[in-house]
This record gives sequence, C-alpha cells and structure tokens, in this order.
Amino acid sequence: MTELRSRVPAGPIDRKWDRHRFEIKLVNPANKRRYTIIVVGTGLAGGSAAASLSELGYKVKAFCFQDSPRRAHSIAAQGGINAAKNYKNDGDSIWRLFYDTVKGGDFRAREANVYRLAQVSVNIIDQCVAQGVPFAREYGGLLDNRSFGGAQVSRTFYARGQTGQQLLLGCYQAMEKEIARGGIAMYPRTEMLDLIVVDGRARGIVTRDMVTGKIEPHLADAVVLATGGYGNVFYLSTNAKGSNATAIWRAYKRGALFANPCFTQIHPTCIPVSGDYQSKLTLMSESLRNDGRVWVPKKAGDQRAPNDIAESDRDYFLERKYPSFGNLSPRDIASRAAKEVCDDGRGVGPGGYGVFLDFRDAIKRLGRQAIEERYGNLFEMYQRITDENPYEVPMRIYPAVHYTMGGLWVDYNLMSTIPGLHVAGEANFSDHGANRLGASALMQGLADGYFIVPLTIGDYLATASLVTVRSDHPDVVATVKAVEDGTRRLLSIGGKRTSQAFHRELGKLMWEHCGMARSAEGLQTALSRIPELRDEFWHDLHVPGSGAELNQSLEHAGRVADFMELAELMCLDALHREESCGGHFRLEHQTPDGEALRHDDQFAYVAAWQYGGAQSAPVLHKEPLAFENVALSQRSYK
Amino acid sequence: MRLTLHVWRQPSAETTGRFVRYEATDVSPDMSFLEMLDVLNEELTGRGELPIAFDHDCREGICGSCGLMIDGVAHGPSRGTATCQLHMRLFSDGDEIWVEPWRSSAFPVVKDLVVNRSALDRIVAAGGYIGVQTGGAPDANAIPVPKDSAERSMDAAACIGCGACVAACPNGSASLFTAAKISHLGLLPQGQPERYRRALQMVAQMDLESFGGCSLFGECQAACPKEISIDFIARMNRDYLKASMTT
Repeated sequence: MTELRSRVPAGPIDRKWDRHRFEIKLVNPANKRRYTIIVVGTGLAGGSAAASLSELGYKVKAFCFQDSPRRAHSIAAQGGINAAKNYKNDGDSIWRLFYDTVKGGDFRAREANVYRLAQVSVNIIDQCVAQGVPFAREYGGLLDNRSFGGAQVSRTFYARGQTGQQLLLGCYQAMEKEIARGGIAMYPRTEMLDLIVVDGRARGIVTRDMVTGKIEPHLADAVVLATGGYGNVFYLSTNAKGSNATAIWRAYKRGALFANPCFTQIHPTCIPVSGDYQSKLTLMSESLRNDGRVWVPKKAGDQRAPNDIAESDRDYFLERKYPSFGNLSPRDIASRAAKEVCDDGRGVGPGGYGVFLDFRDAIKRLGRQAIEERYGNLFEMYQRITDENPYEVPMRIYPAVHYTMGGLWVDYNLMSTIPGLHVAGEANFSDHGANRLGASALMQGLADGYFIVPLTIGDYLATASLVTVRSDHPDVVATVKAVEDGTRRLLSIGGKRTSQAFHRELGKLMWEHCGMARSAEGLQTALSRIPELRDEFWHDLHVPGSGAELNQSLEHAGRVADFMELAELMCLDALHREESCGGHFRLEHQTPDGEALRHDDQFAYVAAWQYGGAQSAPVLHKEPLAFENVALSQRSYK
Repeated sequence: MRLTLHVWRQPSAETTGRFVRYEATDVSPDMSFLEMLDVLNEELTGRGELPIAFDHDCREGICGSCGLMIDGVAHGPSRGTATCQLHMRLFSDGDEIWVEPWRSSAFPVVKDLVVNRSALDRIVAAGGYIGVQTGGAPDANAIPVPKDSAERSMDAAACIGCGACVAACPNGSASLFTAAKISHLGLLPQGQPERYRRALQMVAQMDLESFGGCSLFGECQAACPKEISIDFIARMNRDYLKASMTT
C-alpha cells in the first residue's frame, strides 16, 4: 500500500522552509558531477531546473518535444508574475500572498507549500532582473506593477503582454549558457514515452526521437518531470497544440499517484469559438479586466449592436454580483458567471456563447493612448483573429480551458510517490488547490525550478543508495520493449478514423460533462461513454506513415491514447468529490445564490489516485489538509 | 472559398522534394492558415495519403515554431504576423497559393515544411545570455533601468526565433536574429559587463554556421512577425566594431 507522506517540516509556517533547508542533506560539490539528472520539459519549471541543477554541478540531460527549448508553452503566458515585494506600499506581504493563494485555491492546497511559494516569489524577481528580463519600468527606473484577479494589491510584474516569453527566454538563455559549458546535454524533438523504474526508484526514461523514430533508454540517478498540464484533454483549450499528458500519465501507470485530476481551470477571457475547424482557443490576458468592463444585454435575445445598447439596458454582471472585486473576481467565479448569463439566453456573438469586455469607459477616462500602451498587442491580436476593432467595438470573450491545478502528487520536496521522480510546475498538483490565481503559474514554475527542486533533489541523492543501472538491465529492456510495442500497435490498427477525430469527440464529451459545471448524471454519462470511445479508438484508428520517420500523426495518436485514459480518471475524481470548490463546480452543491459550496468536513483532502492496472479501478488515497494559518471560510468576493 | 495549393513535399532530409498540387475546398475566411492545412491533412489522411508535416505549437504567434514561405513571402502577405496568425480572409476565392519551407542552407529541410533551426540555438549558446547563476541576485530594484532603455530592450527581446529573417534574406543572413539578442541584453545595465565579449562571440558563431552576410537589404525587417527594426543590426555592428578594436 502506497503511503502518502507529505514530509512537511514541523514548526511555525514562516520557519518551515528555513528549517528544512538546514535539515536536508546536501551533496558535496565535488560529488555532484557524479550524478546524472534527467529533466523532461523546458518550460519555466523545466528550463529553470535544468539550468540551476547544471550550475550546481550535476550532469543534466534535458528533453523537449519542440525543435528548441525556447518554444515551451510557458512562452505564451501574457499577463505577469506575482511576487510579494510590496514595492507599491499598498499592504502586500509574504503573508498576504500566501493568504490570497490559499483562499483563491478555495482551501484545497497544502499550506506549507503555498507559504514557501510566497517566500521565494521575491527571489524570483531578483533572479529574473539579473538575467536581463526587460520588465516594465516606471520613469524613475524602478519596476512597475499591475493588479490581477483575486488580489486587492498591485503585485504583478510584467513585460508588456509577453511576460511568459521574457521569463522563458531568461531560462532558455541560462540553459544555453550551461549547454555551451557542457553541463546540460539537450535533446530537442525528443518525446518521453515511458518512465524507467528499477527497484522502485525512477532511474530513467524511454524516448522516441521524433525525426528518426529511434526509441531508446536514457538512464539517470533522478528524473524531474516538468511537462506542463493536461488541458488538451478537452481538445479545445488555450494550451499549445503539442501540450500533452503523456509523460505524467506514463509515470502514473508506473506508480506515481495522480492528485486532484478534476481540478481544471476555465479562464474567463478567451476569444469565443468561431467554427468546427477551430484548432485551439486564444486567451486574452486577464489583465484586460483591470480596465475592461464585462457586460451582456439585460434582455435575452437583444440583437442590437453593442454601442446602440443604452447604459440602462446593460447588465455589468460581475460588478453587480461582486461589488468589491467586480471585474477582478477570481477566474472560476468570473467564468461561471459568464456561463450563467449565456445559459440565460443573454450571450452575445454568433452562437450566443460570448460576453462583452468593454473598454469604452477606460478609453474615455484614460485616453486611447494609455490603453494602447497597456494592451496594444492584445488588442491587435484580437483584431487579427476576429476582424473587429476593440477600440471601437467591445471585445467578445468566453471562458476556455486554460490550466490544470491537478497533477502528479508530490511531497514537500516535490518528489512523487516514486522515489527519485520529482515533478515541477503545472505537472504537479501542489500549490493552487482547486483554483489558480492569475500570474501565479509563472511564479510557481520558477519557484519549483530555480529554488526548490535543485535543493531537494540533493537530499534525495544524498540519502538514497543507488546501484548502477545499465541499459541491459531487464527492467530497462522491458520498458523499451513496451514502448516499441505500443508504437507498433498504434500503427497497425488499420481503421478509418484519425486521432484528430477521436480527440475532438473526447474533448466535446469532457467540455459538456466535466467542464464548467458538473453533475453526477453528466459524469456518469461521460464515464459510460469514454470506455466505448476508447474501444472504438483501438479498433478504428488510422495512423498513416511509419514509425521510422517524422510522423506527426503517430505522435498525436499516442497522446490521444493517454488522454482517453486520463479523461476517465478526471470524471471519476469529479464524481467522487461531492462538493463544489474552485474550478470544480458540482450543480448539486451550491449555495442558495449559486456560489460554490464546499464540504470541508468531508472533502478537505487531496484526492490522490493510484493506478490499479488495466482491468481494475484506481485506488483513492487521501492526504488530509489542515488549515492552521488561514481559517477555513466560505470564499466571498462580494 | 476554393483554393489551389502547391505544397513542397519532401520525405526526408536525404531525399529530393517537389511541389504537389492540392485543391482546398470549403475554406472559411475565419480559419487560420494552419487550420486550413489541418483540414487538408484530415482529407489527405482519409484518402490514404500522407499528411503534410509542418511545425506549429502555440498558434498565437509567440512560440516561433511555425514558419512557411507563402507565395515566396516569409509568413505570408500580412505584415507583423506569424503564419499561425494569418487568416484566410486575406485570400480570395480561386487563389493559387505556393507553400514552401524556410529556404536557407543553414536550415536544412527535415521533412516537407519542417526545417532544422538549431543553428539559432547555437548562436545564443555562444554568448546570448547574462552569466549569472541562480541565487545571489541583488534586490530587483537595486538596478534602476531607465524606462526608455527597458522599452527599447523589450523591442529587441520580442524576437520569437522563428527564422523568418533568415528565410527572407537574399543572403540567408541571421543578422537580425543575432542583433536582436545582442541589443536586448546590451541595452540593459545588467548586460554591460559581457556586452562586447557577447557581440564578438555571437557574431563569430553566426559566421561559423552557414548563414550569409548582411548587405542591408532590409527584407528581414519586413518579414519579421514582431517587426523588429534593422536599427539593431547597426547597433550590433557598432558593438562588434568597438569590441574588435578594443580587445
């Protein structure tokens, strides 16, 4: 029986990380070069971890499926990164960032991890500035900040609308520095297809070279997965097309527990769907809600052009329902409110699934130039996609899948239930509970990669006694064979439907039944349909081409096969969690005025699922969550 | 809309390629160029043919994965646009469109429209960074950066590394790419200690790869999806010259 030990250090919360840093074992500098560490994924978490581990002296092998480590999807984050610097003198503190994050996560995150995140947030900004990240500045030369959803202080650092890009380029450049020095061996266009576990410890990965098709093992003393989230299970999401769950899913099937899989975040400000050919959804940064006002017509079916609708006929529903946070309400709340008004028949645009985000008043108040400076590139992007000018006509937005709070279960050291397998960034479950606040994903990715994993992995290496594993070890050979067989199987079905078609169908099913609002009935429907769909997939899939070449259809088919299994676990988790919290909204559990109703007496725990094998149901383990520093309360943004 | 496409098909780096003609029927003006190719690929797969391989990922113009020569223009007819953000409303019913991979000897074709751009990574590895290690950085506000410098630095840092500048250049030069990184870091106080060393090393690496020289045609600036200015090339040349004379 796998035992969940969170390894949270004792003592007051503000001393835990210091104490832990002193108590954990270190690896002697001269010995570090004897250890090889594999890092999969080169986004903010993986890139920063790979660079930092190499700087410490470890031998690092880094892998990404893109053609360059600079292209990981962290690059698309627009709005900013939070840090408790209190540069604005507006009452921010580490404690407040901690408090906001625990509350914003609807009390389903581990307090100690969140506190540490808030603590190291300040070091991240220092580090990034030193690397040359061109953050926005004030005229005096000091750093500028903006506000973001779920917070009443201005603590978000940004680089125009390209904060993720600039932070990732910082990591990428640090990686290239280490690549040039010989500390990192970089494997681009290489996909991890399985985890090698020997004597219960993670000892390597099996990869497929996406250009030659070569499948081979890479061995190491520890493995870090920083492979991002699984939002693409919904087919349409704001994730990059290549983002996938394969690495964490294969690790799950090798024994790592998967925590809170149903906690997905639907982002309120995305460009609505325009047609069946739609391949992805584009996010418009949440920072737009700083100056834009969200509204729909008061009357259902009002077909007038937005600028012809009088003030008295408009419903600024976020300002009406949540007067103190208004348009800056947290993402889950804003998304659900938009769905409600659209279900009410008051949605706008083709299909009726959209709400207005209007800058008329802000332009009047601040002038067009100020708005252009703040959001110019976002407005341009919007116009390019929709052919509408947001300076003149309000934007149309609708929620879309954006982030997954769930992920592999990790302890305080960010190690999974497989010793030696560490998980960083969006791929783990640890810091955001049931809902992530804006500008916190970049913070977590970099906290994990720059400051936490490089230290905690040393504790593992210093205390584990690792035997030498060679590529002819039976467990290595068997894992390689499993991957080869899996690839052959996908290619040999000889059916009629493409993996795209299956992916779309799965996505629709998930959006309908495991999306913004969930019910036992809908989840049961999904749970009976998913195995059927999976069966059809394995009987009627058509993958063109061979395995010994660049074959994008094969890559995609393998990812969809994993999404087909993960989808079922998500629905199972959503069904078992008989409460509403954060992004998980169960229709059966709401307050009389339609807000999420938690049941802390029964569900204040992390649901960590253990793979039960191909024929048996997964086993649920619970890590109880104690709230000793932030009192459990019903979230209120009114 | 109905379109006729001539797409470059090349099975692998070792084989020769050729243009193949396809009819794209039922193209919606709201589709992106890549969505149009997605639909075509589904059709090809359905007919038992091999789909067209092309690089793409974020599909919002920031990852720099995608890049096609469309009618001989890098990223197609729209200024300041990556291929993934190009919408079909810019084309007309009945148009004939030629689609090719980036053309440069420094970017060998991997398959169909996919090329190998690792030379750009090697230019960055040659010095496109500030050599600080994790930890030990001073407080972020200890280094004031004039707003104008930060903005100018950001103009250069906006480069997405797609390689359009190389593909568009008659010489196949990577000067705009290299200059953008040298300028991004060289415009900030943090980047000063390594400024001249960086310029020397990155330019040397650029010359080692199979890129051509810059003769200031300016095609790179016109093709750049982030509209990065060739003024940065002048800046790079100044830094390089100064470095060559002082070190």
